[in-house]
Amino acid sequence: MKVDWSTFWPRIVEATGETLTMVVATLIFGSIIGITMGLLLFVTRENNILESKLIFQILNFIINIIRPVPFIIFLVAISQLTRIVVGTTIGTAAAIFPMTIVASFTIARVVENNLVSIDPGVIEAAQAMGASPLRIIFTILIPEALGPLILGLTFVSVSLIDFSAVAGTVGGGGLGHIAMTYGYQRFDGSVMLVTVIILIVMVQLAQWIGNTLSKKIMRR
Amino acid sequence: MIEFKNVSKTFRLGKREVKAVKDVSLSVEKGDIFGIIGFSGAGKSTLLRLVNMLERPTAGSVLIQDIDVSKLSPKDLRTRRRNIGMIFQNFNLFNSRTVAGNVAYPLKLAGGSKKEINKRVQELLNFVGLAEKAKDYPDQLSGGQKQRVGIARALATSPDILICDEATSALDPDTTADILRLLKKVNRDLGITILLITHEMHVIQSICDKVAVMENGEVIESGNVFETFTEPQHETTKRFIRSVQQELPSDQVLEEWRAGGGGKLYRVIFKGDVANDPVLSTVTKKNNVDFNIVYGAVRELQERLFGNLIVSFIGEADAVKNTLSDLHKLVELEEVYSHEG
Repeated sequence: MKVDWSTFWPRIVEATGETLTMVVATLIFGSIIGITMGLLLFVTRENNILESKLIFQILNFIINIIRPVPFIIFLVAISQLTRIVVGTTIGTAAAIFPMTIVASFTIARVVENNLVSIDPGVIEAAQAMGASPLRIIFTILIPEALGPLILGLTFVSVSLIDFSAVAGTVGGGGLGHIAMTYGYQRFDGSVMLVTVIILIVMVQLAQWIGNTLSKKIMRR
Repeated sequence: MIEFKNVSKTFRLGKREVKAVKDVSLSVEKGDIFGIIGFSGAGKSTLLRLVNMLERPTAGSVLIQDIDVSKLSPKDLRTRRRNIGMIFQNFNLFNSRTVAGNVAYPLKLAGGSKKEINKRVQELLNFVGLAEKAKDYPDQLSGGQKQRVGIARALATSPDILICDEATSALDPDTTADILRLLKKVNRDLGITILLITHEMHVIQSICDKVAVMENGEVIESGNVFETFTEPQHETTKRFIRSVQQELPSDQVLEEWRAGGGGKLYRVIFKGDVANDPVLSTVTKKNNVDFNIVYGAVRELQERLFGNLIVSFIGEADAVKNTLSDLHKLVELEEVYSHEG
């Protein structure tokens, strides 16, 4: 049975809204946690401004455990925890929780990689001027790494669009859910086509915003 | 001003121990431009970083204005660091900030109103001759301009001490000369004590008053630049001096001189005022001997002249002998042998 497009459009709009909510909310929460973790990971490295072998190794270990797990398996694996935290395992909010966890760890690595590329001499210069570690984090590390950091976050947002579709297939709502139930299970190619086009537009838009912002910051 | 007292620094790389600085004692007086020279790996960079505790000593102490900086609390150390400006070989400017933003950074750390900071930044950029570049970013500047920004930034909080980590090693000869002139101006006009490290002897020759030569983590020779230059004791010091002034012609030239029937060669060394007098001419005239300057140079060191000439004397054997003994009373004199001879 094919869908009736005159009544189906509002559903598409609603699903697009759900996908956007999942991606944006995850990006915000994931960035807060991920950037904090990434900074911690960097400053606690050997010979760095807040060197701490213990904190570094704990963080490094957790990140290395979570990151290799395929998202769809992770999603199911932590569903009990999701139920405790969010109260349900179905719907947009329930999808945001596991997405945020995965995004946080990915962002932590992205942030760490960008910080490592800062010339250590620049940090040394700030230290020599009498800047405290906290001051260095906020006035040197973040501004110096901001351009590439935004490109990194753009990369993460694009994979979050991907994750949201995966979450959709297991009850998370959004475009993934529509594509799955109408396009895949009911063999409606037109629904599939529309969702794919919307997803492509979203990715292009995210990439464009990211490129523009980073270009502005890096002045290149 | 700066005093190293039996300072050692040992790094641990896994199970290996690297002794970067070994039992160094040095004292830098107020108003000095003190140069530490050494080949790479000599430990000079580590020694420099002990001044502002970017590296901590494993033994001994570092006194800055009679205060042992290794014993300061982290907060007191940060305050103390504002009194020690530092510039770097690779400038280490903040690329996310403009030229003015770079110079303003240490001022913001020290606190102060926006108006005061802006005024001071203007002042500093005028001093280093970069006022029109205030709004540029570091990647728009040449190497020499970057180092000028580095210097303005290091001077922002009006420190008593400026430490320079190979500040001219990444610059071309012309720009190096510019930066060295600026450093001299910093020392003279602002009365700032400068401690610099370098592997280039001409840096020491052009601006330093005092010098220490480092090798394998140890200071092997130190003192006044003029004395160290004119009477080097250690082989490494002699090597550095040869890098800026070859005291003898090459063996090949000496061989050719002998093969061509040239007579004995003498090295005549003039120091200070003697270099102003017509010593050679007076003495040879008196003894009725001719002289031929085969090789040599007279140069300026710490505003004193230092001459090193290779001369042959032509005349009666006795007259030459008298000439030599007369000269010996006035200047340093030694016979030159080729390495084979």
